[in-house]
Amino acid sequence: MTDAVLEVQSLNVRFTTAEGPVHAVRDLAFHIDAGETLGIVGESGSGKSQTALAIMGLLAANGRADGSACFRGDELIGLSDSAMNQVRGAGISMVFQDPMTSLNPYLTVGNQMRQVLQRHLGLSRRKAHDQARTMFEMVRIPEAEHRLNMHPHELSGGMRQRVMMAMALSCRPELLIADEPTTALDVTVQAQILELMHELKAKVNTSILLITHDMGVVAGNADRVLVMRDGECREYDSVDNVFYRPAGDYTRALLAAIPRLDDALSERLPTVDAPPNKTGTAVATSEQRLSNGAARELLTVDKLSVRFRVTQPGLLARARSLVAVDDVSFELAVGETLGVVGESGCGKSSLARAVLQLIPAASGRVCLLGRDLEPLQGIELKNMRRDMQVIFQDPQASLDPRMTIAQIVGESLDTFHSDLDQAERNDCVVSALLRVGLDAEHLNRYPHEFSGGQAQRIGIARALVFDPQLIVCDEPVSALDVSIQAQIINLLMGLQAERGLSLIFIAHDLAVVRHISHRVMVMYLGRAVEIADRQSLYGRPRHPYTRALINAVPIPDPEIERSRRHQVLLGDLPSPLEPPSGCGFRTRCPYAIQRCRNQRPPLRRVGQSLVACHRADEIE
Amino acid sequence: MNAAAQTFNIRGRSLWLDVWETLKKNRAAFAATLVLAAMAVSVMVAPMLSPYAFDATDFNQISLGPSLPTMHLFGTDALGRDVFVRTMYGGRISLMVGLVATAVSLIIGVAWGAIAGFIGGRTDHVMMRIVDVLYAMPFMFFVILLMVFFGRSIVLIFVAIGAINWLDMARIVRGQTLSLKAEQFVEAARAGGVSNFNIVRRHIVPNLLGVVAVYVTLTIPQVILVESFLSFLGLGVQEPMTSWGALVNEGAQEMETAPWLLIFPAAFLAATLFCLNFIGDGLRDALDPRDRSK
Repeated sequence: MTDAVLEVQSLNVRFTTAEGPVHAVRDLAFHIDAGETLGIVGESGSGKSQTALAIMGLLAANGRADGSACFRGDELIGLSDSAMNQVRGAGISMVFQDPMTSLNPYLTVGNQMRQVLQRHLGLSRRKAHDQARTMFEMVRIPEAEHRLNMHPHELSGGMRQRVMMAMALSCRPELLIADEPTTALDVTVQAQILELMHELKAKVNTSILLITHDMGVVAGNADRVLVMRDGECREYDSVDNVFYRPAGDYTRALLAAIPRLDDALSERLPTVDAPPNKTGTAVATSEQRLSNGAARELLTVDKLSVRFRVTQPGLLARARSLVAVDDVSFELAVGETLGVVGESGCGKSSLARAVLQLIPAASGRVCLLGRDLEPLQGIELKNMRRDMQVIFQDPQASLDPRMTIAQIVGESLDTFHSDLDQAERNDCVVSALLRVGLDAEHLNRYPHEFSGGQAQRIGIARALVFDPQLIVCDEPVSALDVSIQAQIINLLMGLQAERGLSLIFIAHDLAVVRHISHRVMVMYLGRAVEIADRQSLYGRPRHPYTRALINAVPIPDPEIERSRRHQVLLGDLPSPLEPPSGCGFRTRCPYAIQRCRNQRPPLRRVGQSLVACHRADEIE
Repeated sequence: MNAAAQTFNIRGRSLWLDVWETLKKNRAAFAATLVLAAMAVSVMVAPMLSPYAFDATDFNQISLGPSLPTMHLFGTDALGRDVFVRTMYGGRISLMVGLVATAVSLIIGVAWGAIAGFIGGRTDHVMMRIVDVLYAMPFMFFVILLMVFFGRSIVLIFVAIGAINWLDMARIVRGQTLSLKAEQFVEAARAGGVSNFNIVRRHIVPNLLGVVAVYVTLTIPQVILVESFLSFLGLGVQEPMTSWGALVNEGAQEMETAPWLLIFPAAFLAATLFCLNFIGDGLRDALDPRDRSK
């Protein structure tokens, strides 16, 4: 194959660790043709990133690669660092997941960009500066000249990733390796970056190696796909074949485990390790789940606002107030799940904490079972905490590393039931563990001995030990792999059906929220912009922001992705410190009119939904 | 077997038991613990086994080298006093200063830092400014003033050293507490209705232990050295009572004629500092469950 830009054959990567050798990549072979995009998909630990690092000669000190990786006919494996440096940047360049950590915080982005150009293309300082500005304009960074003089922390996540792309493409490399380029970004920004990549590929004619865990991202952007698991290739074919005619069981299971925006709402997600036909008992449908609770009101949140004081450094600094949650109201019935979605910084986590009385509300009321929580103090508040529990995003961080599982799960027992003796206490803990699918043997282990999915089960067991009425789940599956995510969602839904739990389910993944929620609330800059039941919200989104969000979600279906015209939402989230006047969304809204600038739209009923938009009736 | 019955077979794990088990596996730390324990026991017991008293002068046996037949194991000094017994007595003072002053700084420093960090806000500001003010006082001046006002006494040395050392501890602990306070498991505990006192006790302090343990093992040698320094200046313990620092000082003056006066106390002092450093390292690893390899 003469026109292959990169040809990899029998690539192996091994690490020597304290626990013995780890074979991270086994006997991998693939090639990338000129102008082609190859997607490598896999869950964490599948060796997809190590493959890229091995090709670039960037493996950690204890790693070793053998096999062959030919770039334009030159062997890369085993190349000396100085020889490799000629290839890096100019021949192959790389974009990493987190743009903040791959940029030097002490230098302006323009300076960093210039260094690359001066080093590889031998340009003069002036020329490099001009070239840098041209590149910035190419990746559509507005006010390029001005941004060149900014430091990385002054740019938003999306902007930073654009800078990385500009830097990576500045020397016109023949191959761009993008390692999870959009994972750290919000969906709307992800859509922008993917759109940009698509466009640049055509313009610069670079081959792309796209590494991601997201099948949706692959579907719309790759020509061919390589599916990896445990360091091995499980499937290697054209994108259509992988999605429509998957040969391997693993690929099929992986595709099935992803909740999709366009699928029929099955109640149980098939999981990777248990094939769908064996999962057995059907769980009651969500509508049945709900009717069991007879729609009794559990939680009422009324005009809740949360403010933070932000002090800037400096002698005469004035404390400003940041409105994290602004006038949000909703109700939650017994056995109901309310999904809360929005981009990062929209106030969803602050809302959760305010509901749980972990941070004080600036105004408004939170009533649980008809009791206003705000004036409660000390013992009374403590007693109300029995009925509301929380599950956090990062399962490891939410477990005290110095406590055993028995201590962690049993801690609230000590708080509320200090009269229990050791055996009774153990019984309670064990039954909570069994309920979430863990064993009694795990009692004496420490959190670090568990995988992410197991650790999240421990977090759920801790929340369940008291039979609470309400569980607030703050991004409970965001940090987990697709297959584990499906298990945790199934577990939560099963528990809800079994005990009539009410859930507030916060997530940024719209498909997951669609799967688990009865009603969904969309938040933007601290305000609820749309509240509707699941069918109405996804079937007929009323607010322009909701539409943009749904539109930005990549669907794991190449056919749909190709035909779908992405209406990319422009720009970034405005700073919550200086929110726009009137409607918060007007700066990015394609339908904005003068009235949106002057008048803040109230939440009002349009059709089945509550929408905060002046033009909700006009927009079809 | 049902689940409940099964649990009885599972022995509970206690933090300190686990720490001890892990420490035993770390050979350097374990050996250091044994050596230090042996030294502590010998400074208490050994002087009783020797026929000489620590302050008994014998002008017939001035500046003798170490010898077994005379029972002057470490030799004698310029006044004919037995160096072995004096080294043991000096060890009592030095180890005691190390322990007591460090305990003082540990208790005040951890409590002060954890409270300031956990409560935060204005309380934090006031508490840390107090620390800053105390920091600004020159230590030597402070000690000399104390000595002048209250006369020289060993208790004053404990107080003076302890009163200065807790400042560092408080700062370190406060910084750690601030970052721990933001951890999700602390938030989870608050959501679970755990009281502030219990959060500090169960979550904050145990997670501070690693840093504190290391700092303590650095503080003890430091305190012993400060006491030596004070003794060297003549502000420390009073003759005929002695400490390792005072002995090293005397020995250094006669280094050329009677090297044993310097070698033995200095060896004990150095061995103690070595041991403490190894133990500190071992403790830090042992206190962190994440580092315990299976």
